[in-house]
Amino acid sequence: MAHNTDPEEPNRRDFLYIATGAMGAVGAGALAWPFIDQMNPDASALALASIEVDVSAVAEGQSITVKWRGKPVFIRNRTETEVEEAKAVPVADLPDQNARNANLPADAEATDANRGVEGNEKWLVQVGVCTHLGCVPLGDAGDFGGWFCPCHGSHYDTAGRIRKGPAPENLLIPPLEFVSDSTIKIG
Amino acid sequence: MAGHSNYVPQSAAAKWLESRLPVISLVRGSFVDFPTPKNLNYWWTFGGILFFMLVAQIITGIVLVMHYTPSTGAAFDSVEHIMRDVNFGWMLRYLHSNGASMFFIAVYIHIFRGLYYGSYKAPREISWILGVIIFLIMMGTAFMGYVLPWGQMSFWGATVITNLFSAIPLVGEEIRTWLWGGFSVDNPTLNRFFSLHYLLPFMIFGVVILHVWAFHTTGNNNPTGVQPKTKQDTVPFHPYYTIKDLFAIVVFMVIFAWFAFYVPNYMGHPDNYIEANPLVTPAHIVPEWYFLPFYAILRAVPDKLGGVVAMFGAIAVLFVLPWLDTSKVRSGTYRPLFKQFFWIFAGVCVALGYLGAMPAEGIYVILSRIFTVYYFAHFLVILPMLGFLEKPKPLPASISEAVLKGGSGKPAGAAAAPDTK
Repeated sequence: MAHNTDPEEPNRRDFLYIATGAMGAVGAGALAWPFIDQMNPDASALALASIEVDVSAVAEGQSITVKWRGKPVFIRNRTETEVEEAKAVPVADLPDQNARNANLPADAEATDANRGVEGNEKWLVQVGVCTHLGCVPLGDAGDFGGWFCPCHGSHYDTAGRIRKGPAPENLLIPPLEFVSDSTIKIG
Repeated sequence: MAGHSNYVPQSAAAKWLESRLPVISLVRGSFVDFPTPKNLNYWWTFGGILFFMLVAQIITGIVLVMHYTPSTGAAFDSVEHIMRDVNFGWMLRYLHSNGASMFFIAVYIHIFRGLYYGSYKAPREISWILGVIIFLIMMGTAFMGYVLPWGQMSFWGATVITNLFSAIPLVGEEIRTWLWGGFSVDNPTLNRFFSLHYLLPFMIFGVVILHVWAFHTTGNNNPTGVQPKTKQDTVPFHPYYTIKDLFAIVVFMVIFAWFAFYVPNYMGHPDNYIEANPLVTPAHIVPEWYFLPFYAILRAVPDKLGGVVAMFGAIAVLFVLPWLDTSKVRSGTYRPLFKQFFWIFAGVCVALGYLGAMPAEGIYVILSRIFTVYYFAHFLVILPMLGFLEKPKPLPASISEAVLKGGSGKPAGAAAAPDTK
């Protein structure tokens, strides 16, 4: 009698062990989270800055680079030839067939029209960060007359779409709009 | 470790200490009386050299931190301040930066010694695995240390390496942002790398103790791969190997000093004397030389995730090496075919290092692919098959027999003399 008060399995003691252990695990996890989350972007980094860029001085065939959220953004006033070249490529031939345009639905196709600034497709505005490992590609370079990343040899075409090399995605197009004829707002 | 000492404390103070904390017998058992195979050659001194380098890096690192400022606005200038203003700062920094390279030279020789003499085989698998863990922590430490001067190569090296994690499916982007603490490599990244760069060497120190503990439990491997059988096969660690290791460390220090004092920037990259600029990537990014073979493997695969998997796989395969090599014979000395494949493999690793430094185009990419395939084939195809195909040479009966036959000029009969005494 004295040595076996609760013969059934699982008994009260098993329940207490498991409940205590589970409580301890939840507590340890809750305590660990602040130590992990402190590494995530802080409030100052999250404050989504937007910038306005005057592009009136950017003539056809010229590019400028501006800094947005710590990253370079390429703004290019494309020539007719560049636009025609980009339009001539069937979407089916592209390694990444998604427009990667933050202003369009996520499943928009990577046509030239979907890559250029809406209503003003001559203008191409994109984050100048190679989608492979984050280098800044060089302009007017590569096998497709667009951008070439010197780090690992990714070639982008005149619409900033990946054509050859290890990069998996087209150059990202940030949220943007023309606020006047000559000013682009990014972010 | 302590079990090898016959130490009996004599003085009252030693008796008092031993009965409370047996630290004297622990040290004597591990590094004084420890029975060590008597035939260890100079390739075995690199363990001691590595321990010396770890201590040297920790000491130079601690004093550099007294003058360095971890902030994107001040880091580059504070390193120049160390170079120009701090008393002996130029020397301390060159010793630390070249010390990293010397550390890797020593660790690669140490790894290839283990590969040649089969030091990863039973019963030393745990020593080997702990060694691979040390190697991984070393790579992380060296990478984060290289970011601290905040030059162009620091910044873009950090960008490329942290972007590797974005290749992870589903959560890659979140992990990358978490590592950065922002949307690009920036001040939070520099600060956390500084914190971890200070922490990791002490973790290495801890794993080194486990590494030594493990092979002191199994006993050292030796150039014959034959386990010591009698007392005649071993000598006490002190003075025989303390002196041999010390001599090797002094020779190594001469080479180290030559780099640090005569060509201190030879193994570095001039672009790192340009302050980091997030808007301009240098025309040709290369990692430090010790990462080049892995970098070549990364670039050989024309797919982002595939490249990252291959690069980490090149190190991960070392973890299972003890079970991939099917040969019963440890030492490459008695394996005629393995010996040839070993040197081909060593050549392939050097070639990958060369290709990692070349631009990613044309023939370099093709050669990188061929050598990458060979790298993995060596572990996954050649080593498993050699165990069945190869006919090893006869093993010596004991270490003493191999030593006395092995060209020392003494008649084999002389071996008996010490035994009979």
